[in-house]
Amino acid sequence: MINNYYIERTAQAVFTVFAVVTMTFGMIRLMPGGPVSYIRSQLVQQQGNQVDMEQVNALVEVYTNVAPDEPLYIQYIDYMAALLQGDLGVSMFYNDPVTEILASAAPWTVFVMSISLVLTFGLGITLGAVMAYIEGSRFDVSTTLVSIFLNSIPYYVMAIILVYVLGYQFNWFPTGGRISSDVATGMNLAFLQSAFYHAALPIASLVITGFGIQALAMRGNSIRVLGEDYIRVARLRGLPPHDIALRYVGRNAILPMYTGMMIAIGFMFGGSVILEEIFAYPGIGYYMFRGIMARDYPLMMGAFLIITIAVVVGIYVADLTYGKLDPRAGSGGGNREAY
Amino acid sequence: MSIEETVPDGGTITGDEASADTPFGTVSSGTMSRRDRYKMLANEWVIAPFKILWDDWRARVGTLIILAYVLMGTVGVRLVDPPRVGEGDRLVSPFEDMSHPLGTDNMGNDIFAQIVHATPPMLEMIVAGAVFTTVMAVVVGTLSGYKGGWTDQLLMTFNDILMTIPGLPLVIVIAVILEPRSPWLVGVIITVNAWAGLARAIRSQVLTLREESYVEASRLMGISTPQIVMKDIMPGLMPYILVNFVNSARSVIFASVGLYFLGILPFTELNWGVMMNLSYETGGALYTWETAHWLLAPMVTIVILSFGLILFSQGTDRVFNPRVRARHTSAADPEEGDEDMSGEVATHIRG
Repeated sequence: MINNYYIERTAQAVFTVFAVVTMTFGMIRLMPGGPVSYIRSQLVQQQGNQVDMEQVNALVEVYTNVAPDEPLYIQYIDYMAALLQGDLGVSMFYNDPVTEILASAAPWTVFVMSISLVLTFGLGITLGAVMAYIEGSRFDVSTTLVSIFLNSIPYYVMAIILVYVLGYQFNWFPTGGRISSDVATGMNLAFLQSAFYHAALPIASLVITGFGIQALAMRGNSIRVLGEDYIRVARLRGLPPHDIALRYVGRNAILPMYTGMMIAIGFMFGGSVILEEIFAYPGIGYYMFRGIMARDYPLMMGAFLIITIAVVVGIYVADLTYGKLDPRAGSGGGNREAY
Repeated sequence: MSIEETVPDGGTITGDEASADTPFGTVSSGTMSRRDRYKMLANEWVIAPFKILWDDWRARVGTLIILAYVLMGTVGVRLVDPPRVGEGDRLVSPFEDMSHPLGTDNMGNDIFAQIVHATPPMLEMIVAGAVFTTVMAVVVGTLSGYKGGWTDQLLMTFNDILMTIPGLPLVIVIAVILEPRSPWLVGVIITVNAWAGLARAIRSQVLTLREESYVEASRLMGISTPQIVMKDIMPGLMPYILVNFVNSARSVIFASVGLYFLGILPFTELNWGVMMNLSYETGGALYTWETAHWLLAPMVTIVILSFGLILFSQGTDRVFNPRVRARHTSAADPEEGDEDMSGEVATHIRG
């Protein structure tokens, strides 16, 4: 039953989003000192004491989609209904709809993160495979050491170093923004160049600090696979070495990497909060940070939701391709212990 | 051994029982007490591996680095005076004045003293986070893996949701709302969903272990589930848990320093991230070389510690991973060809 697997994964992805939305609602509504009371006190402060409570509640509803004077379950239904219509409330800091702000920011974050993800894993897998094949050589030993060292640098430390040295001190790279101000938006060469130029440092800081651990994982997997009986049999059968390397070793060694990939998706998108702040790169993380600093709860929670949804979608896609790559996952037994 | 006698399986039999009329002389008559069990476990899982560990240079260097930081956080804080505003000139460069080995910041605080005195709360955070992660993961993972059925389904659905939510934004949202001040609490908040991935991994390990013949034997003998989990399953998981304990320690450092650096956690105590934040925000460290040391010192501190932790976990991984270990033992033997070796390792492991 191949279909079961996909239905199960889809249901799980939808359910995860639903659970996160519910959690967000709980945080907005139930936490002591949470957004609702904060907004109320802000409004009271702005308008003095003669403020009309009904008016305040109406404003709170405009900003957060939560009507504080209704019963809880109606608040919940209202909140959900608004979300389904793509309404995330209004940012108190920018005074724009949160959906609008985040919709313009999201593609940039996805752009930076997907390139980082591809480069991290491409580099890691290639390097790891080479290291495993010439295991014990000087190249292997030194690369292992370098990988461990690079992996012990937090990505934001690498980001600070890069922006400090290459950005501020040498002026080789921009220190903020998505594209140069003099470039028109559109699918032309200058635009793409500018976009890559501005994204280069954020991508570099994620890739430089991230590929090492993937290379080590790939190396470990390949070494393990190389010791398996079926590789020996394949060699005895006289299969050409590159066939063994790609179809037997490569494929079996890459499959366990999917776990790392799913973790990396969440890690990178989550890390956008710190990374985009350092590079002043207006993506979702940047706006989430702005929201936090201004205690702009609608923006903060909206960005949190969007980041989570991006990660859920990313993992969902990874899951589906995993099912394609590993026949065991799609066929009935779908317990997927390799996770 | 006149009164007490150790039998091969590790249990003890008292003199009285040893001569009891059991047909099988070497069977222990009672189950081992928990204390005996842990004494044996200590021998098996702490002392013996430590000797092997010491042979691996990575584990050795890692251990030394971790030890150095623990000493810094315990003994170091007694030897180095806490930093005071104006104790030195402003922005002294490092390695110039030996009373301020790493220089001073823009308020004249000694940077080395700041780094040393930021260590204890950091260690508390690491311990809290790593313990929380490990305990949650082990409880959920073993319960789910061993029980199976509905318990498994329910726990894993919940687990997968937690696992999917990106950690850092979730932690940020919780930290903004709760504003935690105690390092212990910060450690727990940072790992609020970090344990889910480990729980999944432990579950799949348990699924493999529960099919082992010795576990099946225990089950057939009617030993209760908690006892089987404690005595048969846990020892097999220990190496895995240790490696991940170290890994989660590293992620606690990364996340907490990141949050302090962003200024999301309240600045109650000295922290390497707070130092980075101050040099970045108020010191203008990005625009001039003069304040670079203020920014670099905490960054180097973090990198060395996490380097030590990774080396340690890589070294221990090798010690505990029979395949890697066996392969490497035989790799040291130049007499054998590569082809023969892989075959031999495979049989060795199965045996």
